[in-house]
Amino acid sequence: MDSDEDDRIPLSQRPEWSDVTPVPQDDGPNPVVPISYSKEFAETMGYVRAVYLADERSHRALQLTAEAIHFNAGNYTVWQFRRLILEALNADLHDELEFVEHLASKNSKNYQLWHHRRWVAEKLGTEAAGRELEFTKKIFVNDAKNYHAWSHRQWVLQTLGGWEDELAYCDELLEDDIFNNSAWNQRYFVITRHPGLGGIEATRDSEVSYAVKAILTKPENESSWRYLRGLYKNSMPSFVMDRRVSTVCLTVLTTKANCVFALSLLLDLLSNGFEPNQELKNAVEALLPESRDQDSDMAVTICSVLEIVDPMRVNYWRWRKKSLHSEVEEGVRNLRVH
Amino acid sequence: QSFKFKLCVLEKIHKISWKNLLEISLTRPVINKQATGDGVYRMIGMEPSSSSPEWKPTVSQEEQWILERQVFHIYQLFCNIPPKSQAVMLELQRDNHIEYLMKGLRHLGPSFSVLDAKYFTLSLCALMVRCRNSFLYCHLFTALLLSSRPWICYWILHSIALLGESVDDALEHNAIHFISRCQDQHGGYGGGPGQASYFSMPHLATTYAAVNSLITLGGHRSLGSINRVKIYSFLRRMKHTSGGFSMHDGGEVDVRACYTAISVACALNILDEDLVQGVGDYILSCQTYEGGIAGEPGSEAHGGYTFCGLATMILVNEVNRLDLASLTDWLVFRQGVEGGFQGRTNKLVDGCYSFWQGGAAVLIQRLHAAAGEGHSSVRSNESFTSSEFSDDEELLEGTSSGMAEISPDVEEDGSHLKFFAASTQMVEGGFRDKPGKNRDHYHTCYCLSGLAAAQYSWSKDADSPPLPRSVLGPYSNLLEPINPLCNIVLKQYNEARQFFSKPL
Repeated sequence: MDSDEDDRIPLSQRPEWSDVTPVPQDDGPNPVVPISYSKEFAETMGYVRAVYLADERSHRALQLTAEAIHFNAGNYTVWQFRRLILEALNADLHDELEFVEHLASKNSKNYQLWHHRRWVAEKLGTEAAGRELEFTKKIFVNDAKNYHAWSHRQWVLQTLGGWEDELAYCDELLEDDIFNNSAWNQRYFVITRHPGLGGIEATRDSEVSYAVKAILTKPENESSWRYLRGLYKNSMPSFVMDRRVSTVCLTVLTTKANCVFALSLLLDLLSNGFEPNQELKNAVEALLPESRDQDSDMAVTICSVLEIVDPMRVNYWRWRKKSLHSEVEEGVRNLRVH
Repeated sequence: QSFKFKLCVLEKIHKISWKNLLEISLTRPVINKQATGDGVYRMIGMEPSSSSPEWKPTVSQEEQWILERQVFHIYQLFCNIPPKSQAVMLELQRDNHIEYLMKGLRHLGPSFSVLDAKYFTLSLCALMVRCRNSFLYCHLFTALLLSSRPWICYWILHSIALLGESVDDALEHNAIHFISRCQDQHGGYGGGPGQASYFSMPHLATTYAAVNSLITLGGHRSLGSINRVKIYSFLRRMKHTSGGFSMHDGGEVDVRACYTAISVACALNILDEDLVQGVGDYILSCQTYEGGIAGEPGSEAHGGYTFCGLATMILVNEVNRLDLASLTDWLVFRQGVEGGFQGRTNKLVDGCYSFWQGGAAVLIQRLHAAAGEGHSSVRSNESFTSSEFSDDEELLEGTSSGMAEISPDVEEDGSHLKFFAASTQMVEGGFRDKPGKNRDHYHTCYCLSGLAAAQYSWSKDADSPPLPRSVLGPYSNLLEPINPLCNIVLKQYNEARQFFSKPL
């Protein structure tokens, strides 16, 4: 329903509403943060209050809630009431999907809208999966990081299915924008929860290759580094043993590209018992101008380098340096346990 | 008063000179927004014909470079103005902020008082579109304004309190009365008045805002208007089988809901096992591979939810179940080269994250400080409230000088102040998301809250003033201390704890 204000007939003039007396808003005598409502909005809400109080769950009430929502899509009470009406009328929820879709372009970051959409989709069941995935895709065309849309998409996959093309879709998004952290997060979601992929253990190998490739393309991209690290969450021994991790660090360090993430990852490796070769040691030491700042413990040296190349986080790196002993102890303990 | 913040001092502190920042900005390709549809960009010193596909920035890069250019342009201006003017730029514009805030309480400004619905809806939509990049969290807790007047109350009242001011009796009376009208007869507060059950269901976020507002106002009438018994029953009704909470009857379940529920319960001293049970499990399931915390299990790590999750875990005394090392690592990298904080990896910085992320950083700092002193039984919740903290002599002794050594601090260098002063503070009063955005009460609240949290991150207790270096700017910038968990001014929070000291 396109609310063209000039065409709107006041409710007081609509014969189908002649039996209803609107209930005005009662802000009290001296309200604070008063908002100047338009008279059209105030009138609509007056009628909504009336049907809500009468608990009238009719078609006209449904239409009225639509009008109210168009005025203010954030009124959660009206949305909730609308749901009660839809249930009472046993309404065709496909129409409801249309309704939401229409609102979505101007309200793509509205909590109530997305919550409502989820409710409708849940009622419709697995048959709605395809349409819901398409719906979120449309949102991503304009905003590939819309948080609500991503939550909704994840909910759809888990509740209604449709996993088949998800990893490929992530590929697409990352090709468009390799810095899209939401797409990286979605990758992680798929490899850990897709019922048909075998879990992270089965997919880790190919995902590491994927991440390494992305890192080499854009070493300044934090997303791919965090993803790589995330692949080895809770699997420190495998992390330490995968040569590709230290290799990508070395490559980035020697190309003199942005090295903060490479150093940080190397630090994690060392904390978990990794033993660096001479090539790595040389690459790190080359970054420290004063050889007197070098330490026999490479992890300490790395922290010193980071204090210089990542000055914004100087205190963090100093703190990491001080915590190194306990970090390494815990890391080595984890290694031994496995 | 003494103003020591000279340019050279700033340079020494953060080792990135203003000049370096400008150099960085100049290496970014100039984005010509009038570029043709096939996306050809004019590069510095590059002919259009020589630009190859790989030079085309992605959406993320483009947005970031545009912002960096804007921010560095401001820094460039800063560099070129005389020291006296620089001093002004770093100062908190107290009077103008107060004027903006008081006006808001009495009457939402011109942009919100409109003549017809179409303009109103459109202007709000325009606002949404303009705030697009950070809109999620800018209105994370709000529907549109019309369902969130308790929120606006809180943002304004809390900001006024942070600035060390208070509202006059008449305004206070009206505020208490208004908020009370939002109280539901069955417990909780809705988004608007006229008796909640009449037509505005109680909602966890508006309950949080209402309770925080009333506590901020303080005094017997305000605190006495809160019906703890009913609120408790409302919180129990909102409890979800997952261990989390629903925002309202039939509403969404997420980490925000957990935070608002638990924070209210703590502030009113009605927290119990039934409310706490399962919350830790739920929040734990929301910590992502990146280290931050998401709104729901599986979603992306996000600043707003990270604060909510972390604060809640501290309040229920289960914070050690989180992977704090990876949370810390994610958090420190959320500070951008502009000095401010971003909500998620590879997104733009926004003033409000000075609290969500910066505040979370302060919480982490306190945790590390307490842990570093070897307190095995870290009464983590209590180390954030002044009265319990100051009781523990040992804790005080160790932390006074030890803190700098053992906790990762994001606030120490001057870059946050630069961002705060140059990019978010409006000279005419109020704060904004970033250059190019308009000021609003939400950002005013959270920019100030972030500053307050940072200033007190080194304090032992409420009575000892923070060190000059942590005030960020001239000492006159000092704000009132806060309880960083509930984000209420400490004095008022303590008064409420006293008032509600009797269990239900």
